[in-house]
Amino acid sequence: MLAARYITTDKLVPWLLSLSESRLVLAPIRKGGQTVFQPLEADSELDLDGLATSSPKAALLPRCETLLEFHYSKGEEAPSRTSVEVRETLHDQPTFLFGARPCDVRGFTVFDRVYDAGSKRDIYYCTRRDNTLVASLACTDPAETCFCHRVGGGPGDSTGADLLFTFIGDGYVVEAVTDRGNDFLLSQTLHDAGDRVETALKTREAVKAAMPEGEPLLGAPEQVNKLFDDQPFWEDVSAKCLSCGACSYLCPTCYCFNMTDEMHGNDGVRVRTWDNCMSFQFTLEGSGHNPRAAKAQRMRNRIGHKFNYYPALHDGNLACVGCGRCISHCPVSMDVREIVSKAQTRAMAEEEQIND
Amino acid sequence: MTDNPPTNLYLPDMATIQEVVQETSNIKTFRVTLNNPDRMRDFSFEPGQVGQLSVFGVGESTFVINSSPTRMDYLQFSVMRVGELTERLHKLRAGDQIGVRAPLGNCFPYEEMKGKDIVFVGGGIGMAPLRTLLVYMLDNRADYGNISLLYGARSPADMAFSYELPEWLGREDMVTELTVDNGTPDWKHKVGLIPNVLKEMAPSADNAFAVTCGPPIMIKFTIEALHSLGFKDEQIITTLEKRMKCGVGICGRCNIGTHYVCKDGPVFTNAQLRELPNEL
Ligand SMILES: Cc1cc2nc3c(=O)[nH]c(=O)nc-3n(C[C@H](O)[C@H](O)[C@H](O)COP(=O)(O)OP(=O)(O)OC[C@H]3O[C@@H](n4cnc5c(N)ncnc54)[C@H](O)[C@@H]3O)c2cc1C
Ligand code: SF4
Ligand code: SF4
Ligand code: FES
Repeated sequence: MLAARYITTDKLVPWLLSLSESRLVLAPIRKGGQTVFQPLEADSELDLDGLATSSPKAALLPRCETLLEFHYSKGEEAPSRTSVEVRETLHDQPTFLFGARPCDVRGFTVFDRVYDAGSKRDIYYCTRRDNTLVASLACTDPAETCFCHRVGGGPGDSTGADLLFTFIGDGYVVEAVTDRGNDFLLSQTLHDAGDRVETALKTREAVKAAMPEGEPLLGAPEQVNKLFDDQPFWEDVSAKCLSCGACSYLCPTCYCFNMTDEMHGNDGVRVRTWDNCMSFQFTLEGSGHNPRAAKAQRMRNRIGHKFNYYPALHDGNLACVGCGRCISHCPVSMDVREIVSKAQTRAMAEEEQIND
Repeated sequence: MTDNPPTNLYLPDMATIQEVVQETSNIKTFRVTLNNPDRMRDFSFEPGQVGQLSVFGVGESTFVINSSPTRMDYLQFSVMRVGELTERLHKLRAGDQIGVRAPLGNCFPYEEMKGKDIVFVGGGIGMAPLRTLLVYMLDNRADYGNISLLYGARSPADMAFSYELPEWLGREDMVTELTVDNGTPDWKHKVGLIPNVLKEMAPSADNAFAVTCGPPIMIKFTIEALHSLGFKDEQIITTLEKRMKCGVGICGRCNIGTHYVCKDGPVFTNAQLRELPNEL
């Protein structure tokens, strides 16, 4: 049996602040009209009302992360000769990520399958993942743009988390999900949850039941694949798109990156930064050839990756967790649900035509 | 998670440039050795695999290891100058330090090709990936049937590996044809586009493999020519170029559908390419 504890609302922030004495505590904090995951401080305005503006993916995959540092030095005998020293820079600060939503935390498992894949382990990601305890918060008030329940998750899902918090009116039930979450919980002096665990479970079930029905999108891979060569379809669904990339920067499952070097005098760093397949440069080759020169082709890759290629490689798991950020923050209101539903309808209509 | 301590996928081996060969006006060949003698001694790769070369402060780019695993004195990369990193590489001299992440990617199916006739068709810098396989096969000559090579470039001055061509032309156990788009008075070989010369050479498709690499347009017409000679898609092998960063299937830059050129490629048969989404 994994441990379950209880903490009253007024004790939550003091408890988090006490944790921050020994580790970095990241939490959704209100700042300049937005809610973003930031280190918690005494005067931070914690915002647990809804989904944060940006996802917590930066906790594991920073926007900009130094991978290597290098230093050039002039040879003593022949100053025209330089030698270079290179060293890796791993970040292993213990971190407590609090208040991420179930969709966002499920997004980490999308990364895990790529960044922690057997012999090809990305040690920068894995080190952060190993050092981060993930405490998610079940949702009580899904937004219109939420569709976690259509892509395999749910507002009370604990996939990818170590601890799950559920708000039950006057406080939070904290349930351990993994062994290390359990060890952590046992090390804390918090009240036992007792039969409040039952209440938490019922709360989660009620929220899920209240979400509007919608076609599950788990069957999408095949259908999206069928439309690969349907150029008019992709042109149609991408017509409004500005290629601004907001969708992928905010997305908790987009993980593509760039690597670039920066020099300051004799010292330099190799950094990796988030990249975005909606940009023209993403696939531009030396010959000038660009396999995805048109916006429609880039949109096809984005949708294809999330709803077809990724699931094909990873046991049917979609690379979309239904958080809806790409919908609510798109300047021209593109809706990924609509695109995938359209693809499904279209592919099914074509199939019927063939069968008739 | 694995028990072995994870290696850092992004940390290059430090390497020293031993020799730089000016191949053409815009191609240079770099012969490098890894600084750590144990790493150099244990280094193994298969023909067709690539490496990421680092000029620290500028970045990394992908190049085929075009030396052969049968000759491990050094690793050889031939680099065409097209942009910032390649420009900076071209400025380096023997003794300079670079970073090498290799070997990456898959290789030519050289085991499966044993006992077959082999037709090499290379255009421009596309000769580089062919060279590694050709040298490997010449060093294991008895394992393979007839070997023919057709190598084309824009002009005689654009032919890389010119110092090796006399040996290949002179060998009795292989057929070598050179062609250029524009000849010069002292050019003794063919003048004409690669696919046309290939049709004249008319290699037999029986029990054979064709390996081709070059600019996309050349590959397209070469494959058509091969088809007209009776080669099937399974018998035609090529390498793909895609913009790469991580080189290990993580950064997401080089995918064609579910395939990543950095780990599932760069070598593909034309039959495999036909299975891929049309996004080359
Ligand atoms: C599998 C593979 C094998 C290759 N083998 C060789 C080889 O043996 N010899 C050789 O000369 N070249 C080879 N290339 C191409 C070589 O990687 C690019 O020409 C080189 O990266 C360009 O670097 P740059 O920094 O000078 O160009 P940049 O200054 O970065 O850019 C110039 C142009 O090149 C594009 N570009 C940048 N990086 C790449 C890249 N990795 N691939 C394609 N386009 C790119 C940019 O979009 C831009 O249009 C290979 C590429 C691949 C993918
Ligand atoms: S694609 Fe949109 S809805 Fe899906 S996970 Fe990304 S941002 Fe959220
Ligand atoms: S998508 Fe689901 S898990 Fe995410 S915020 Fe909305 S209700 Fe919560
Ligand atoms: S180069 Fe990163 S996935 Fe292929």
